[in-house]
Amino acid sequence: MMQTLRYMISRDVLLAMRRRADVATTLFFFVIVASLFPLGVGPEPKLLRAMAPGILWVSALLASMLSLGRLFAADYADGSLEQLVLAPDPLAVVVIGKVMAHWLVSGLPLVLISPVIALQFDLPAAAIVTLLLALLLGTPLLSLIGAIGAALTVGVRGGGVLVSLLVLPLYVPVLIFGAGAVDASASGLDAGGHLSILGALLLLGMVLAPWATAAALRISLE
Amino acid sequence: MKLNWFKYAAPATFYPLAGKLIPWFALSAAVLMIAGLYLGFFVAPTDFQQGESYRIIFIHVPAAWMSMFIYIVMAGWAAAGLIFNTRLSSMMASALAPTGALFTFIALWTGALWGKPTWGAWWVWDARLTSELILLFLYLGFLALHASIDDPRRADRAGAVLALVGVVNVPIIYFSVKWWNTLHQGASVSMTMAPKMAATMLLGMLVMALACWMYSIAAALARVRCIILEREQQAEWIANLAKEPT
Repeated sequence: MMQTLRYMISRDVLLAMRRRADVATTLFFFVIVASLFPLGVGPEPKLLRAMAPGILWVSALLASMLSLGRLFAADYADGSLEQLVLAPDPLAVVVIGKVMAHWLVSGLPLVLISPVIALQFDLPAAAIVTLLLALLLGTPLLSLIGAIGAALTVGVRGGGVLVSLLVLPLYVPVLIFGAGAVDASASGLDAGGHLSILGALLLLGMVLAPWATAAALRISLE
Repeated sequence: MKLNWFKYAAPATFYPLAGKLIPWFALSAAVLMIAGLYLGFFVAPTDFQQGESYRIIFIHVPAAWMSMFIYIVMAGWAAAGLIFNTRLSSMMASALAPTGALFTFIALWTGALWGKPTWGAWWVWDARLTSELILLFLYLGFLALHASIDDPRRADRAGAVLALVGVVNVPIIYFSVKWWNTLHQGASVSMTMAPKMAATMLLGMLVMALACWMYSIAAALARVRCIILEREQQAEWIANLAKEPT
């Protein structure tokens, strides 16, 4: 099982590295969207500082959502997804591998660049640390939940926008606790509670989401 | 005497049964709705805080209750269809979804109409309103997913997975929104009525809730009959139905 996991991760990361443009676009989307908000609401520093947690999290959410198309589409198009489903390895493990690779390639860059964007919004240092932690816990969860949506809409027309409609309501708890953690930190309060719940949601997602995704894949590929 | 518990699991037997049941549910819905509205508008006393404008709760609260109840029932039927691979269960889930979405919309809309005179705002980001809004999105997502997949059986199963993921998520979403709202309690609006509700108010709400329940059953049965006709077009029993003299 560990071998399957390791193989899936290395395969997907290798494939993603061959098309680095796809990966980079997700990152640049995050940066651009986060930069659009000040242009929309005005440069007043106090307002931006207050809105920063929400803006950063919504941008991360949208960037994560846009990258979901890459999760299963390429494998579906050339038939390898079918082979993976038919393989004797547990499909849930295959899914975990794919999701982890997806996170390494789409989620982790977001986490790493978020302090830079946070500086643009003049977030205090403690809040930036919390932001890093919260995104570190939240982005894998976004990939896990998004995988369910991506699996349900494999090969369906209107795919991209449909996935958003399916997946965004499910993202709401992550957004609330993630942004809440950064907000608490920025106000000088302890963000431990928010981060703990985010961690709990991540554990719940790691257990349940691959199973649901595997079921959805089997349904989509019959 | 042996009972066949699954006699009505076949579209061919369920179709005429549903046809016979619909008038009863529709009639009880109408009667209960008249009784409930009478109770609500004429019998229940004036609220000491909100005056007459509170009376919209006789539509708002039953609609909200039904929206949540129907989602759970829909998820239940979807689960049955997924587990037992029965067509009719999934058809029932698809039939319930539009009614559930309608009640969610009514709850949100009447809530806004209530909010304007009492709080001065059409919309506030209160925990319950926000959760209800997200419930509407969950319904719309289910309907959209169904509509976008051409193969009906695949659509059924995909929708079922989505409905089940949603039903697991609803408590999480509600809890998280409540947390979010209590932390951000800015506006000093009071959401609750006077703690002890007059007996007639409660009775009116319960009667209306029952009326909405009867309506939902009637609407879902009528819709599932249409879905059966659409999906089982090629079946012989439908051709025979068409040939029967009406």
